[in-house]
Amino acid sequence: MNKLVKAGDVIARLRDGMTIGIGGWGPRRKPMALVREILRSPLKDLTVVAYGGADVGMLCAAGKVKKLVFAFVSLDFIPLEPYFRAARQAGAIEVMEIDEGMLVLGLKAAAMRTPFIPTRTGLGTDVLRYLPEIKLVDSPYDDRQWVAMPALPLDVALLHVDRADARGVCQVKGPDLYMDDLYARAATHTYVTCDELVEPAAFEQGEEARYVFWERTQTTGVVHVPCGAHPTSCAPLYGFDVKHFKEYVASAKDAGGWAQYYERYIACGEEEYLRRVGGAEAVKKLPLPVF
Amino acid sequence: MSNTTLIDTIICAASEAWRHDGEVLATGIGIVPRLAASLAMLTCNRDLLMTDSEAWVVSEPVPVGPRGDYRIKRETHMGFARIFDNVWGGRRHAMVGPTQVDRYGQANISMVGADYRKPKVQMLGVRGFPGNSINHANSFFVPNHSTRAFVEGEVDMVASVGYNPARLARGWQLDEIDIRLIITNLCVMDFGGPGHQVRLCSLHPGVTAEAVQQATGFPLHVPAEVKSTPAPTTEQLALLARLDPHGLRASALGA
Repeated sequence: MNKLVKAGDVIARLRDGMTIGIGGWGPRRKPMALVREILRSPLKDLTVVAYGGADVGMLCAAGKVKKLVFAFVSLDFIPLEPYFRAARQAGAIEVMEIDEGMLVLGLKAAAMRTPFIPTRTGLGTDVLRYLPEIKLVDSPYDDRQWVAMPALPLDVALLHVDRADARGVCQVKGPDLYMDDLYARAATHTYVTCDELVEPAAFEQGEEARYVFWERTQTTGVVHVPCGAHPTSCAPLYGFDVKHFKEYVASAKDAGGWAQYYERYIACGEEEYLRRVGGAEAVKKLPLPVF
Repeated sequence: MSNTTLIDTIICAASEAWRHDGEVLATGIGIVPRLAASLAMLTCNRDLLMTDSEAWVVSEPVPVGPRGDYRIKRETHMGFARIFDNVWGGRRHAMVGPTQVDRYGQANISMVGADYRKPKVQMLGVRGFPGNSINHANSFFVPNHSTRAFVEGEVDMVASVGYNPARLARGWQLDEIDIRLIITNLCVMDFGGPGHQVRLCSLHPGVTAEAVQQATGFPLHVPAEVKSTPAPTTEQLALLARLDPHGLRASALGA
């Protein structure tokens, strides 16, 4: 099966009001080329599920988000995401604010096709106060109440990986998969951008197949976008673009800042975007972050 | 006392948090907690596990900042999924930096303001606080001890659970919650007062108990005798110089 598609084809399959999971973590391995494609589209009223970074910030800035399911939105080395912050402080988005681990369990429950997973996480906190839809349940095995973390099924998951083949076999060689495998399993359709498009034989070599974390049955479509995670990192291929993030964050200080950022980096299209951020060679030289 | 000396005193006092933990994962979020955990692993609890703050458990603490030729000593993989496996199993003691803490030890890094739907100040979100606080031991580092940080009522968003009986679910006991030390720029405190009341343990040089109480939005338990926070030893200072070769900790109190 040939699952190769263009970024525009992926976005054309999305609908207003869909629940969209975005892989990666904060400033790391986000499918930013697809996020930018959403920003260029008329899509609206999205429910976004993410360990959020600038992906969430940009979607908030562009008014695409109706509801956000999140544990944090942060660029890590710049702790506060300015456009997410502005959207929250304006009361512009609905939120389902949950613990990082509860998000794992919600995706896992959806992936397992169970309605919930019991956990102690969330007990005693305002997470439950602000989310009456998350219920406490009695255990059939002890006398305690447990949090029943509901499944978080996704209409679509958007992910970025190091390399993939046309069948949808995806490889991540960075030190952390984040929860991308759970996103792929929790979603009805999963679209993946890859830095490198390879032949199936590439996975037959050495230990290459050990870096494949979900089966191609979970991958709906593959888009070849070199540097598609920029300005987020795709370790070990490239680090995140500190300079670009600083420019992005600084743009939020001006009333027309987002419009200017959009004009310069989004409206121009993906090919011109890569040129404006210095080209593929420059991106691949971005140093890996040291924590 | 110069800020550099004070920060070293604070880090050394904070490292004591892990002394009796045995073989658990020590996580310090932010430079002071991370250096404190690193110091603990090299001194009072050599059985601790730490990560490189990215994706590996390392056999010795990784120096902060640019590493030069230093190569991390990997022990096992510890991506985020593994972190949650560890959290849920309970064998971890994290030291974190909440924006607000209340009398119950409930802590907040999510948002500030009276209206949750429209925060006055949006911060990070609850992150892993709910799971950390109900699963394993936690300590706090608060660099600016004030009534803004140690609030009079409950914190604006209870991100981590504390010793608040009103919030217990059926079948759960307060004793299952494990909040250890609160280290600030003024003092060290714990929850050893009557009924888990916040107790003053030691005062940093030049600080009085009255000053701490004034800077705290709720009544503290102040024992008849409160010690001075010990000064760092020569050995501890030498280790800190190795763990923080660029002196990044000097500005950790905002100096």
